[in-house]
This record gives sequence, structure tokens and C-alpha cells, in this order.
Amino acid sequence: MADIIKIGAYLCKGCGLGERLNIGALENAAKRAGKASVVRSHGFLCNQEGVELIKADIEKEGVTRVVIAACSRRAKTEAFRFDEVAVSRANLREGVIWIRPDTKEAKETTQEMAEDYVRMACAEVRRMTLPTANPKAALNRRILVVGGGISGMTAALEASQAGYGVTIVEKTDRLGGWAGRLYKRVADRYPFADPADTGVADMVKAIQSDAKITVHLNALVSRTSGAPGRFEVEITSGGAATNETFGSIIQASGFTRYDLANLPEMGGGTLKDVVDQAGLEELALAAAGGPIKRPSDGREVRSVIFVQCAGQRSEKPGHLPYCSGFCCTTSIKQAMYFKDRNPEIDTVVLFSDLRTPGAGGEDFYRNGQRKGVTFAKGSVRAVVQGEAGPVVQFQDEILNDSVSMPVDLVVLATGQVANAGVNIENAPESAESVQKVSILNLTYRQGPDVPQLKHGFSDSHFICFPYETRRTGIYTAGPVRRPMDIAQAMEDATGATLKAIQTLENAGLGRAAHPRVGDLSFPTFRREGCTQCKRCTVECPFGAIDEDEQRYPQFNEARCRRCGTCMGACPVRVISFENYSVETVGQQVKSLEIPDEFSGKPRVLIFACENDAYPALDMAAQNRLEYSAYVRVIPVRCLGSVNTIWLNDALNNGYDGVMLMGCQKGENYQCHFVKGSEMAYYRMSKIGDTLKGMNLDTERVTTYEVAITDIHRIPKLINDYIAMIEKIGPSPFKGF
Amino acid sequence: MTAVIATNQTILVVGGGISGITAALEAAECGKQVVLIEKNPSLGGRVSQLYKYFPKLCFPTCGLEINLRRIKANRNIHLLTQAEVEQVSGVPGDLSVTIRLRPRYVTEACTACGDCAKAVIAEFDDEFNYGRKRRKGAYLPFNLAYPQRYVMDARMIGTDDAKAAQAACKANAIDLDMQEEVITLKVGAVIWATGWKPYDAAKIQPYGYDRFQNVITSVEFERMLDPFGPTNGQIRRPSDGAVPKNVAFIQCAGSRDRNHLQHCSRVCCMATLKQTTYVREQLGDAARSSVYYIDIRAIDRIDDFHRRVKEDANVTFIKSKVASITKDGATGDVFLHGNDLEKPGVGSDMRYKNRHDLVVLAVGMEPSVSAAWLPTNPHGFLEGNPSTGIFGAGVSSEALDVNRAVQNATAAALRAIQVVNRVAGVEG
Repeated sequence: MADIIKIGAYLCKGCGLGERLNIGALENAAKRAGKASVVRSHGFLCNQEGVELIKADIEKEGVTRVVIAACSRRAKTEAFRFDEVAVSRANLREGVIWIRPDTKEAKETTQEMAEDYVRMACAEVRRMTLPTANPKAALNRRILVVGGGISGMTAALEASQAGYGVTIVEKTDRLGGWAGRLYKRVADRYPFADPADTGVADMVKAIQSDAKITVHLNALVSRTSGAPGRFEVEITSGGAATNETFGSIIQASGFTRYDLANLPEMGGGTLKDVVDQAGLEELALAAAGGPIKRPSDGREVRSVIFVQCAGQRSEKPGHLPYCSGFCCTTSIKQAMYFKDRNPEIDTVVLFSDLRTPGAGGEDFYRNGQRKGVTFAKGSVRAVVQGEAGPVVQFQDEILNDSVSMPVDLVVLATGQVANAGVNIENAPESAESVQKVSILNLTYRQGPDVPQLKHGFSDSHFICFPYETRRTGIYTAGPVRRPMDIAQAMEDATGATLKAIQTLENAGLGRAAHPRVGDLSFPTFRREGCTQCKRCTVECPFGAIDEDEQRYPQFNEARCRRCGTCMGACPVRVISFENYSVETVGQQVKSLEIPDEFSGKPRVLIFACENDAYPALDMAAQNRLEYSAYVRVIPVRCLGSVNTIWLNDALNNGYDGVMLMGCQKGENYQCHFVKGSEMAYYRMSKIGDTLKGMNLDTERVTTYEVAITDIHRIPKLINDYIAMIEKIGPSPFKGF
Repeated sequence: MTAVIATNQTILVVGGGISGITAALEAAECGKQVVLIEKNPSLGGRVSQLYKYFPKLCFPTCGLEINLRRIKANRNIHLLTQAEVEQVSGVPGDLSVTIRLRPRYVTEACTACGDCAKAVIAEFDDEFNYGRKRRKGAYLPFNLAYPQRYVMDARMIGTDDAKAAQAACKANAIDLDMQEEVITLKVGAVIWATGWKPYDAAKIQPYGYDRFQNVITSVEFERMLDPFGPTNGQIRRPSDGAVPKNVAFIQCAGSRDRNHLQHCSRVCCMATLKQTTYVREQLGDAARSSVYYIDIRAIDRIDDFHRRVKEDANVTFIKSKVASITKDGATGDVFLHGNDLEKPGVGSDMRYKNRHDLVVLAVGMEPSVSAAWLPTNPHGFLEGNPSTGIFGAGVSSEALDVNRAVQNATAAALRAIQVVNRVAGVEG
């Protein structure tokens, strides 16, 4: 059935379309230019009767391709969902009548616009086929967790609770990580009053007695290949390697404590009675509930000062530029170790901003105050050795006083340094990137580890989609992602586990992962046409494409996010998706009737990112903002999927200009496919020579960064562009 | 009657803000059946009323659009709007939920053409703009509202205006006889994502929100920046529409305060830092921002945003809990009174009386967890307890920023899935 092309074109007369447009002429356009076999119009196509009409044609008339010429593809999605046929939408409402004035003068150009959209939709749907899902789909319900600290243990237990098997690979000889080396943890339940048991021992016990969880201690991941649903992982332990397969991976590789020796001015690494927070936990564990003793002479600590932000929130070389988020409450907890045992002990927390967020944080802070912990805003100049112990010299910023305070013990609240593995993008080595050993040893074309974002953390850039790293099916969790405390790491690991489960289930069904979840299309390439130029493998934002032994691209469909950046990259146009290809767009470009140079009707093609630019255009229409009738808009999955052949075709066919509208690129990129819009810019930066070669003005192809909120700006951009085109005159290629 | 098919393997998500949307989608994209209910006529919640997100300064509608696309593409989600839970009973894996559905008076036949809004005359305060703008009695709550269907204000019912709207609707989508319904669903687990409301600024008496026009809240300030908001995107002071030159931001307005919300709302510091960039972006060197704060809580890796704002010579930070605000005669300006803790000297030396022409109160987040039968801690946040089968997500469980709320909601989706998988006997 898939091979039979029978197009049914359905024109809606509702929402004013019937009054504003010549529906008969649109029907003719669908019949003649669009070669639709069945053409029908209806008063309200989206109502039950209209939808039934289409369904009946699919069932009884054998219609295999459907064109809905009505509202935007973003509207009435429930009504116009026909799973068994390919569907294309001609946007006559938001795309035409709502953005054009209802005047006699505008009628002709408005009608031309509508007819073109009908032709384009017919041309598109003719080349679309129904996606059939990744044939290499594999279901594997086992999850690899790298790291056996609090994040990794949480992930394992949560996955097991949901019915999934887990293998933990832990590099040390025990589970627990840093949390296992704490005396107590910060309270996580109301009334948030006292340090609490870490819970680590219970978790270790639960893991050991869980038949669904396997633990490899003293082990490393020495090789990872494959894709979601079929990750092949080599685990090395004591020189012996074992191989296992997994559906997805959670990287909970945690953090390394910041090296105190970087802070000699604060006595770090030079004074025995200056420790970091981990050092204080060691002292508290050694004390086992008794008095905490200082390292130099074993004397009971009677006064202690906690220095917040030590080597953090600072641009100085060797310091961490970020805040580690957990240290304020940790210092309060550690001060409570002293106060709970003996209220007479002096405990001072020296801070610049005390950061105890939320209900729990603020209650815990208040409980610290209630227990007599002193909080002072100040900045430390130096910690020196005095007669009886360390002396902290600081500026009290409330009392505006220079203070020298002798104490028994100094605790420096230093930060977390992510164990994110190798920085595959070779950003300049920052002070915090101490870890150079790969965590995952991925065999991917694009490097052995998950890309890092900032300061050596592997976090996602997206506020709305925090788990979306650029390696599909691999989720990072815990302090490897961003600095965090135990409570947050446990939440984070639980969320990452959901994503790991989701990916492997979708991979099992041959479906895409975020943001096109459920998309069954996947990229294929025509091997005989491929020149092995490698652009697709290099430009894929997700590292989905490797190279095979013969240096041809090897698509790992389950890693692919279906953005089409590879399709846009391919100079010989051999990459396509069933329902989105060089042809589905290219034929739309070619389907238009281009008025001649004497008509005074220029034609400008717009490629608009379907996530931001296209909705903005729709919303401009909702607000009845007008823009020129000379543009024709084609939504694209991502600007990165725009192949320059479309531009060539457009210009050769006599279009007067092409506008590309994509998302913000660069540091604060908003492209949902990370690098798509950036790649488009890069490619377009090179198109100038082609244009000059064709003797065309470079302005004839212009790229814009637009946002979904540019509802007023985009119509203006369009109108300004048309004015510019009218000024420079029609394309010399018209009529050829 | 509203027909919803739900079983003890269905997950009910209560609240259609960013947390609820996330929880619903993440569960549905694992293949689970989800019923998502929202009290308002459209999805989006508080984030849809924000101009930008920190720290990227990107637009919330961008992520909302992606999420709406995911919802439109997913058959596992059944959405009910203008719906509120009355009661939940039973045990995890076998819960019975009573839901009250308020009538929209507009059916699914609506095409969002807008003819009804054109036909009606009556206007009401626009909730989406915190009452600082008017909207029609038949309306689409905002540009990106989903479901993309108009709403008839219940106060219109029985008026000729409502009949005019009905007559104008060519799609026959207006049903003025629509009635309230109460339905009962059987579900396996519930994710409670009812979010928050801005703390009532009028309760902070010394700040005079109810007395001084030029004292506004941070959420109202966000609306001011929206080109479709009350001032068409222009920063203006309410008293006379003038462009402010000297804006004060007061942190912890109603937070970290024994008389109001005891908790720290976590987001307000970053939100204020973000809002100083609005002032900078729109008014340039013509306006100054002053931030009155206790601690600047720009936590973890987003602290660099704080540093960047501090580099702006037009932004001043004053470590002080503002004591009171008084009015300066007829100018519309106000004076902020308090002690600047970092000012040299002691006692009265630290006092200030600073003139400002616009004051933005960084109001706290008050959890919207009102049902008495829900287990909450004394701060009003939901206390997670697996034995109830009800899992908190987002700000109903703790004061969180968007990023953390989404993480938290994703985790909540797994907790709910654990319950329904146990019911279904799924084994990995």
C-alpha cells in the first residue's frame, strides 16, 4: 500500500477561508498542479463530519496521502491525526488570511499565496512516506550505573523498584562514595533540626540483597559502544574484562574534593589544624560521638571557625569560579556536631552570602542559630599559625572591623570538582578540570565522554529539559552535573533513572528520544552516492553517526534525535528521512509559479524553525499582524537541516530571496538540537561565494536569529526584507 | 458527560504548570497512561507568565511550545482543564479520585477564530496579567494557550453578551447550558503538582503595596515586559506611566520572615538579578537598579550570573532588610527606610532613607497545596510519603526554580511508575 500514491486534498471553508479565498481555484490548484486524485472542500473540516469525510476516503477511496488545506499544522492536531497515511498541512488560515488585509487590492496576492501553499502541500506529501520505525530496534531492560556513590546507589534502587535490572560499576572497593564517608548528613525532613543518619548503610544493604542489582567493585568501564537498547560495555576489574549489554546508561561519577593545597594563604596544606569539610567528617567519625579533637595535638576542639566559599566564587587562578551550593548547610551541620555535644564550644560560620535555600535550608539555618552557632559576614585575608593554634584574620563586613581570631580548628568550605571525564571539546584546560581519565570510554566518533558544559560539569544547558545531554541514552546524575548536596543528588538520580528507563523503552520500539519522542522516522543514506566526506559524522550534534570500516557513515538510529542536521550537511544529498527529505522540501520549492520580472511580485522563500520561528508566525497571525504576501514559508525541523541545494534551487527558479529563521546560537543557545542553528549559520556564511558566482547580491540569502516571542519582530523583518528586495530589483534568474 | 478511561495503571497528574506538564509527559513517554488535570482553562502555569528564564535569559514559551508539541503528539495523555481534585481515597495502586470540572461553555468544536471575543462587550480583570489589564468575557487566556480554545467567563452566563458570542460562533462551539460535573476516576498513583502562588504583598503592611501605586510585585514586573502585557512590554511606573529612573528591588518580601513565609523561596534572588537585566536592556544608562538583600542566593553554577550583574555599574547592592516604605507627597516616588548593614558606623549611622520611583517586591512562593487531607509540613509543602500513593512534584513539595522543579517532576514520574508497574507486575 505504501507504494501507491493517491493524494486526497481537503480544503476547509471555515474561519473565514470560504469568504476570503476562491475555494474553486484552490481545488483546481490541488487537482492540476498538485495532482490530487480526490479534492473536497468542507465548511468546517475539523468538525466530526469533516474528519469523517477524510477517514471515509482513506478507507473507501484508497487515499494514501492527505493534504489538509486549513489552519496551521500546530492547530487542531487532535482532529487531523491520521496514523495510517502521510499528512501535509497547507496553512491557509494563520499563513494567509490572518496575516493579509481583507481588502479588494489584497485579494489577488492573498489568493496566490493560498494557491501556492496548496501546491506546496501536495508536492510535499507526494514525496512523504509513513515512517516505519528503526529496524535495528532492540529492547534491553538493563541499566548501567557508573558510580556507586549516593547518586548511583539511588539510581540503582529506584530502577529496581520500577522493575528494571541494574549493574553498578564502582571504581573503589566499596559503595557509598563521599556520602559513605560522612558522620551525618543535613536534615532532609521537617523540622530540619538536627544532623541525620546518612542512610548509606541501609542503602548498601538494600543493594546487596536486591537480586536485580549487580555490583562490580574496583571496576572501571573500559569500553562503551552501541546505542540505546544495545549498549555494549566492557567492564574491567583487576585486569579481567567482562562484557555486558545495556539499554541505557546513568553516569553518576560524582566529584573530587577541591585540593586544599591550592589555598596556602588560608593555611590549606600548610597548617595541620586547617581542614576541609571532608577532613572534619573524618575527625567527627574518629570521635564517634565523643569530643572532636584537632589533628595537630589531639586536643579537644573548643573553638572552630568555618570559612565559607574557600577557593570558590572566585576568578583567582586555581580557584573555582562557581558556588558549590551544598557547603553552607554542611558547615551549619558540622557546627551542630560541636554544639549538640557541648554548647560551650565557639562555632563561627564566616560567610559572604549564606545560601540555605528552601524551607528545609532556612529551617536548618534557624536551628543552627537556635543552637548558638554564630554567623558573621566577613572575608578572610589569611590564616596563620598562632601560639596555640591557627589565627584567622578577616574583615568583619557588618562591624567594619579587622579581626584576628585565634581558634583551635579552621574548616575551609571548599567546593566540588566534577568527575566528568575527558573534555572532548578541548576547551582550554580550566583549573577545575583535574580529571583527565575517561569515565565511559565511548567508541563514538566524537570522543570518549559526554560533552561538558561549563566549569567541567556535564550538565544540560536547557532549563526546561535538564536531562538532555548530547549523548542519547546516557544520563548524568548527581554532582557530575552541577554541584549539589545529598538530597538534591537523590532527586537528580531518580529523575535520571526515569529518563534511562524511558530511552530504553522507546529504543525498544524504534522511536526517537527527546524532543521528538514517538517519531518513528530515522535517517537513511544512499551508499552509492556517498563521497565519504564525513560532514554528517562531524556535524551531528548528538554523536549519532560513526564511520564503518570502509569509512562510510554508520547511523546509530537509536542515538539519533531526528533533527536532520546530517541531511542539511550532506553535499551530495544522500541522507533522508521517510517523511522529511531533500525531496519533500525541494519539491515544495519547485512547485511554485514564479511571476515574471515585470509583474512587480517578488517571491521570497522562508525556512522557519518549527519550534520557535513558525509558532511566532502563527501567533503574529492570531493577533492579525500583517506581513507581505510575497513570502512562502516552509517549516523545518531545525535550521541545521536546511540543505544548501534548496537555496540553489530557489534562486535558480527565480525566487528573489531566501530568509532563514532559526534559534539563538552561541553560548546561550536556544536551538533544541544544540548545534543546528549554529551549523546553519556556518554553512550560510559560505554561501556568499556561490551567490557572487551566480552574480547575485549576497542579501538574497539572509539568516536571522529569532525567538518564539518575536511576534511583532518577525512580520517587520519580513516586510523590511521585501522592501529591500524591491529596492535591489528582481532576480536575474526569473523566467529561465 | 466527560468520558475518561482510567484504570489502576493510570497516573493522575494534578496541575498543568511546568512541573505537572513534565511529570505527565515523562510518564506518558515511558508508555504510561496519564490523566493530566489543570484548574485553569489552559496549560502553562506560572512559567507562562514569565518574560524570561534565568540564567539563560531565554523565553519560557519556547520550552512550553516543545512541551505542547510533545502533548499533541502523545496519545497517552488525557487532558482535563478547569478541573480540580476534590478527594483522593484508597491505597497506592488502587486510588479513587473525585474531580470537579467547571464548564468552559465552549466545546471542542472551537477553532480559536476569535469571533466570539469580537462579539462581546463585557470586560473583566485579566488573571493572566494579575489584574493589571482587562480582557473580554470570551477570551483566549494567552497567545500560546492550550487547548487552543476560547473560554467563556462564567460571569457572562445569562447575559445578552453571552448570547451575542454564541450567535457569532460559526463553528457552533458555544454551549451556554454546559454544567459543572463531578467525575470519579480510578487511578494507580497521583502526582501532585499544584505549584505556588505569589505571596500576597498586601500582607506586608510596612511596604504599602495596597497604598502606593508604584510598589509592585516581581510577578507583575514580569508581565510588564511582555509585548502583549499591560504596558505593551514597556517598563512604566503605574502612577503616571512615566519611565522609571531609579528602581528598587526588595528581596525576601514575605520570605525568610517569621511574620510571613518562614522559608526562603530560592528563586527570588536570581529572579531579581534577571530583572535588573530587563532594566539595563530597555532603559540603558537612563535607569539605576538597587537591590536590597539579606543574602544573594545565586546558588551553584549560576553564581556567574550574579557576578555579571555585579559588574554593571548601574546596579547597586545594599545589604539590608527594608523596614518600611513611605510616600513622597504627590510625586509618586517613595522612600525606603532601613539600616544598611555594610555602611560604616553603628546604630543610626547605618540608617538610610532612599528615594525610588518604582519598587519591585521580590515576593515569595507560597505553596498552593490547600486541601486539608494532603500531608503537608508546617510550611505548607507536601511531605512525600510513598504509602499514600501521592507524590509531590515541583513547588508543591519545596521552593524550587524551574530547572529543579523539572528534575523533581521527572523523579516524581518514576515514583508513580513504580506503583503502576507493581500493579501491572512488570519485570525488567
